[in-house]
Amino acid sequence: MSTLQAERAKTFGKKRISFAQDALRAPFVVMLLPFLLLFVVFTLIPIGASVVLSFFDYDVVNTPQWVGLGNYLKMFVNDYEFGPAVGNTLKFALVTGPISFALAFLLAWMINEFGPKTRSLLSFLFYSPALVGNGYFIWQIMFSGDSYGYVNSLLISMGIITDPIVWFRDPNYAFTIVMIVQLWMSMGISFLANIAGLNNVDEAMYEAGAIDGIRNRWAELWYITVPSMKSILLFSAVMQVQSTFSISAVATTLTGFPSVNHSTETILTHITDVGTVRFDMGYASALSVFLFALMMIVRLVLGRLLITKD
Amino acid sequence: MKEKQKKVKLVAHKKKQYKRFTRSKAANFMFVTILLVFGLFMVLPLIYSVVTSFKPLDELLAFPPKFFVTRPTLYNYTVLPSLLDNLQVPFSRYAFNSIFISVAITVGHVIVAGMAAFTLSNCKHKFISTVFWAVQVALLFNGYTLGIPQYLIFSKLGIIDTYWVYILPALQSTTGVFLMKQYMDVSVPKALMEAALLDGAGYYRIFWTLVMPLVKPAWLTLSLFAFRDAWAIQPSGTIFSENLKTLPVAMNQIAASGIARSGSVMAATVILMIPPILVYLVSQSNVMETMSSAGMKD
Repeated sequence: MSTLQAERAKTFGKKRISFAQDALRAPFVVMLLPFLLLFVVFTLIPIGASVVLSFFDYDVVNTPQWVGLGNYLKMFVNDYEFGPAVGNTLKFALVTGPISFALAFLLAWMINEFGPKTRSLLSFLFYSPALVGNGYFIWQIMFSGDSYGYVNSLLISMGIITDPIVWFRDPNYAFTIVMIVQLWMSMGISFLANIAGLNNVDEAMYEAGAIDGIRNRWAELWYITVPSMKSILLFSAVMQVQSTFSISAVATTLTGFPSVNHSTETILTHITDVGTVRFDMGYASALSVFLFALMMIVRLVLGRLLITKD
Repeated sequence: MKEKQKKVKLVAHKKKQYKRFTRSKAANFMFVTILLVFGLFMVLPLIYSVVTSFKPLDELLAFPPKFFVTRPTLYNYTVLPSLLDNLQVPFSRYAFNSIFISVAITVGHVIVAGMAAFTLSNCKHKFISTVFWAVQVALLFNGYTLGIPQYLIFSKLGIIDTYWVYILPALQSTTGVFLMKQYMDVSVPKALMEAALLDGAGYYRIFWTLVMPLVKPAWLTLSLFAFRDAWAIQPSGTIFSENLKTLPVAMNQIAASGIARSGSVMAATVILMIPPILVYLVSQSNVMETMSSAGMKD
């Protein structure tokens, strides 16, 4: 027996070399470092900085002035745009959030009934709006405000309206259209996760279910599919929260910034307005903290709802 | 090979067995209807943009407008270069910027996220677990929600109006790190790494020559997501020099010239759509494999 082999045998005998180490080994730290550094600088510090700055009056040029809870007071007392912005954000979140979450799951569930080829074709088709990042441009032309706009001319020729509707400038419609476009784009990463997760549910569970007396697919969905998808569903929910609360990109491209009568103003567009137009960074930070807190609350509630601890 | 076929047949047979009890014809019909309705809602706008990009001017301005094109033309595509010549910087510069940024972000993100995931997946030290917890919480936030606070950091670092402002924040996408870590957890057998360690391989070598090849589906998936996001980047308030701006910005400028140019806008949109679609089609099966381990515990 060579010395090397002998040594190996010895190591085996004495202690098992285990990869899941409790020790903070140098290579582990080195490999984590690039990400950790960027993560701290571009995610953690911005969050921390906005908490700190929210207690100051800061216009980027002059030194920050301590104002205590002044910025938070301003939110609820002096800012007449804040109420509607929160209202719109919650409306978006409560309508498009649950709908897109449910659709991403139910459509994936229906698609999963098909064979592999049809399944991958259908998932491509449903994912494509989210895949082509700038696709929402198309809606701008379809809902164009003049009579050449596809929707307008369709409605005129059907005799439903006589004059073209300026969709994105009319507060009655702007909000709804932004929600529709957001839904159109919402079959994203969570939809893919659902497709993959559903495909991975153990076939034997369904067989066992059928033997145990499950006689329709709704019962199968409720008793087998959903319970085995819980962790994917939580991931999917988190992703949908992320996208519904950052709806501003779609809203500003389609309805302009600021939108007419603030009809599609959300907390996020309000933050952009306060921060980049009025340069009131202290107040913008306080608004950001408010938004973060709101998202965290939604996230915690979702965690409670979806994951029941055994 | 024959055995495998036999197995597949057996599974298919079993599938039928339980499906016979649980699949009603009425519900099947309903599923197809629902998928058809939503499918049209998803796909029609995209088809409409492709069709519109082939319409000649008189059909673009026709009233009432028709969905389909009767006399298709490539005019909207051929006119693009001359339209883009009116922009302040040559079109090729926008294209270069978009390609450069997308490639840099995609490659950089896969390496940064892969290395981080290796540590997060294998080291169970308290500090590392805390970092992973923070990553899971941070999944909630993205570039939009962190916009203003990030802007302050950009200006303190002095990277505003440089390529760095595109690249650096995109490298730390928590979604990528999360997906990569979850996939490593299930697809790299611990025993294999322990064996390599016993054979005297270092951690870095294990990462590059053992783990990374095993998690190829995950890094193809990360590439898709990173590329898709980078390709659609439109800087807001962080880039002032026209020669550092991206293709979507150039497209916005064409779009600003109104309905007569809508054909060219659609042509540009179609051209911008093609790269992400190609990347997706190439990586689709890998994406599905990766996403199946995306589950998350609270």
